[in-house]
Amino acid sequence: MPCASGGSGRERAVGLNAWGALPAVPAAAEIRLSSRTAALPAAAGNGTLLPYGNGRSYGDVCLNAGGTLLCTRGLDRFIAFDPDRGVLRCEAGVLLADILDLCVPRGWFLPVTPGTRFVTVGGAIANDVHGKNHHGAGSFGCHVRGFELLRSDGERRRCSPRENPGWFAATIGGLGLTGLVVEAELQLRRIAGPAMTVENTRFADLDEFFALNAAAEERHEYTVAWIDCLAARPRGWFMAGDHAGAEAAREVAAPGKARGLPLTPPVSLVNGLSLRAFNPAYFHRPLPARATVHYVPYFYPLDGLLHWNRMYGPRGFYQYQCVLPATARAALDEILQAIAASGQGSFLAVLKTFGPRASPGLLSFPMPGSTLALDFPNRGEATRALFTRLDAIVAAAGGRLYAAKDARMPGALFRRGYPALDEFIPYLDPKFASDFWRRIMEQE
Amino acid sequence: MQRILIVGATSAIAEATARRFAARGDALFLVGRNAARLDEIAADLRVRGAARVGCQVMDATDTAAHAAMLAAAEALLGGFDVALIAHGTLPDQRACEASVELTLREIDNNGLSVIALATQLANRLEAQGHGALAVIGSVAGERGRQSNYVYGAAKGMVALFLQGLRNRLAKKGVQVLTIKPGFVDTPMTAAFPKGALWAQPDDIARGILAALDGRRDVVYLPGFWRLIMLAIRLIPERLFKRLSL
Ligand SMILES: Cc1cc2nc3c(=O)[nH]c(=O)nc-3n(C[C@H](O)[C@H](O)[C@H](O)COP(=O)(O)OP(=O)(O)OC[C@H]3O[C@@H](n4cnc5c(N)ncnc54)[C@H](O)[C@@H]3O)c2cc1C
Ligand SMILES: NC(=O)c1ccc[n+]([C@@H]2O[C@H](COP(=O)([O-])OP(=O)(O)OC[C@H]3O[C@@H](n4cnc5c(N)ncnc54)[C@H](OP(=O)(O)O)[C@@H]3O)[C@@H](O)[C@H]2O)c1
Repeated sequence: MPCASGGSGRERAVGLNAWGALPAVPAAAEIRLSSRTAALPAAAGNGTLLPYGNGRSYGDVCLNAGGTLLCTRGLDRFIAFDPDRGVLRCEAGVLLADILDLCVPRGWFLPVTPGTRFVTVGGAIANDVHGKNHHGAGSFGCHVRGFELLRSDGERRRCSPRENPGWFAATIGGLGLTGLVVEAELQLRRIAGPAMTVENTRFADLDEFFALNAAAEERHEYTVAWIDCLAARPRGWFMAGDHAGAEAAREVAAPGKARGLPLTPPVSLVNGLSLRAFNPAYFHRPLPARATVHYVPYFYPLDGLLHWNRMYGPRGFYQYQCVLPATARAALDEILQAIAASGQGSFLAVLKTFGPRASPGLLSFPMPGSTLALDFPNRGEATRALFTRLDAIVAAAGGRLYAAKDARMPGALFRRGYPALDEFIPYLDPKFASDFWRRIMEQE
Repeated sequence: MQRILIVGATSAIAEATARRFAARGDALFLVGRNAARLDEIAADLRVRGAARVGCQVMDATDTAAHAAMLAAAEALLGGFDVALIAHGTLPDQRACEASVELTLREIDNNGLSVIALATQLANRLEAQGHGALAVIGSVAGERGRQSNYVYGAAKGMVALFLQGLRNRLAKKGVQVLTIKPGFVDTPMTAAFPKGALWAQPDDIARGILAALDGRRDVVYLPGFWRLIMLAIRLIPERLFKRLSL
């Protein structure tokens, strides 16, 4: 009984998988939840449960081989919205896209958004996601006013920074392992309209990036850079953005309907040849120095092509996302060099600095410093060998990897990168488990 | 703003449809048998922009309660522009074969209760001289099949009833819409493996709003079911009875 999945709400499910589409052992049961007041269903298979939002995590944090997946997309009701204060209460399976559709016309925006709007509120909490405004706004969890957590013993806990604060901190970034988030209350951010103003600047190396970035973080709400990792010296585009005034709305058109890759091609369309052709072309394409654009293409450039992940073919792909402390500039250079030398990096290499605002979650990924994310087609051993090299650089620099993007990090690297792990463990729900968790805890 | 009555408002298809009405600022009156669920849906519709939402708990087979429910809906909304009848159950055909009682209960729930509601609604719409009565039937009502003929018979009865009603009310400016969904991924069909022919509730919802706006008589949703059902109706009975459909 597979539950329907996916952002378009249209595709047919044949066993749920994660965004990286790496080969995975299926769950014993996929149960679609549809009522926030109902008890948790009985666990099938190996007796474990795991919430599954919209499967936009790349690796195995949303997978539970041989256990039960609690599909939350049927928990998609709004509960209350205060249009004066921008406070929204909704069920945990509501998509960020649904919130935007509701709130943007009413003058409110997500306080923090990842690079796709097809994620659920529960998934955004469980990975404590971040966006291009981290330097000012912190992570998603900084804007969660509270939520209800349903445990496998049937207990329902209201959690907020004041009520059950320990459970609040464990569940934000808690990878779905502390119980099911049933509903949440979010603080939204005021906007004048759907338009964004953007400034694009080319940089020729990392020194230029850091100079641009330091200046831009003072003046702009959103900043991010795209890096061409295959170049001898990492060059790229720096993109700063801000919500525009109401007048600008007239200049921007809402995007058309998203198109999808209907099926997975038999081989990856992403290979060295297409990478080499794409990266320089992307880098040299003329970007206007200033532009006014709709928020959808600004925040979600890839959402226009649903299931772009399928272009990697049946072997799937990895994303590697690390954060390095601000002091570890040399490590960033080293990582980029290692990737360039390997010739394996792909379209997406995103560089962004995280600011000082602490995430509320015990296992939240962000820390002050630089985060680098890029995709790698799954070439088996060669890809894993490269990751082992990158891991060593990350570990030596005192950095860590993002669980939402991970399908392979060694348990030791996780434990070392997340010092609050021991504090987190007492909050685990005894019936909840994931492939990620088993992998991390079983090693060594 | 339109004033909308929905019976069976907790159905997945009805809820998706109600969300679309709410987003355009309509006022709704929701009727169903699960009170907590109705309240959750009502809160959601208010957030989505419904001008007003009222609820009433009623079992559609309780025909004695219909008049009071309609009066309550009229009192809250000040009349109706659209009445959507959506409730239904998909019986276990095998179990029906073994139980006269169950067979009649399913015919009652999917057929007679709908006809009872439509009878009273038709008179109100006829008197006011405008508005629409929309009923969710099914492609299953077009031809009796061994796997599903109790449900099919009830849906077929409703379709024929609505056809007559349409003929009567056409002269009075009232639209009578028969909605014939194909396979839809809802709690009703949770146990079925899903394939290429399956639609999502919101696909049906979109089609229902378009059919109301277009003042259509009968719609197949998604539209390709019109061709599939044409082909199925054309199979001679001599052959059809040998198939295991
Ligand atoms: C194109 C793309 C761009 C992205 N960009 C970013 C980005 O910029 N920043 C960023 O931080 N992330 C980014 N991501 C990752 C994505 O935001 C996260 O993986 C997110 O958590 C996915 O949410 P989901 O609803 O799909 O949850 P899933 O992937 O289905 O699940 C994620 C985790 O949440 C848990 N979970 C889900 N629902 C609940 C619930 N109700 N209660 C408790 N636990 C729950 C699951 O058990 C799992 O551990 C991106 C992903 C893609 C595909
Ligand atoms: N899904 C399909 O493939 C499909 C195909 C063709 C036609 N249809 C028709 O579409 C309509 C909606 O069904 P659905 O697919 O949306 O399934 P659904 O979500 O299961 O909805 C059916 C709803 O009908 C309600 N109901 C049943 N008997 C009732 C009664 N006596 N009084 C009040 N409410 C009653 C149920 O309420 P409770 O929650 O209280 O049980 C349930 O909410 C039905 O008429 C169905 O026959 C469905």
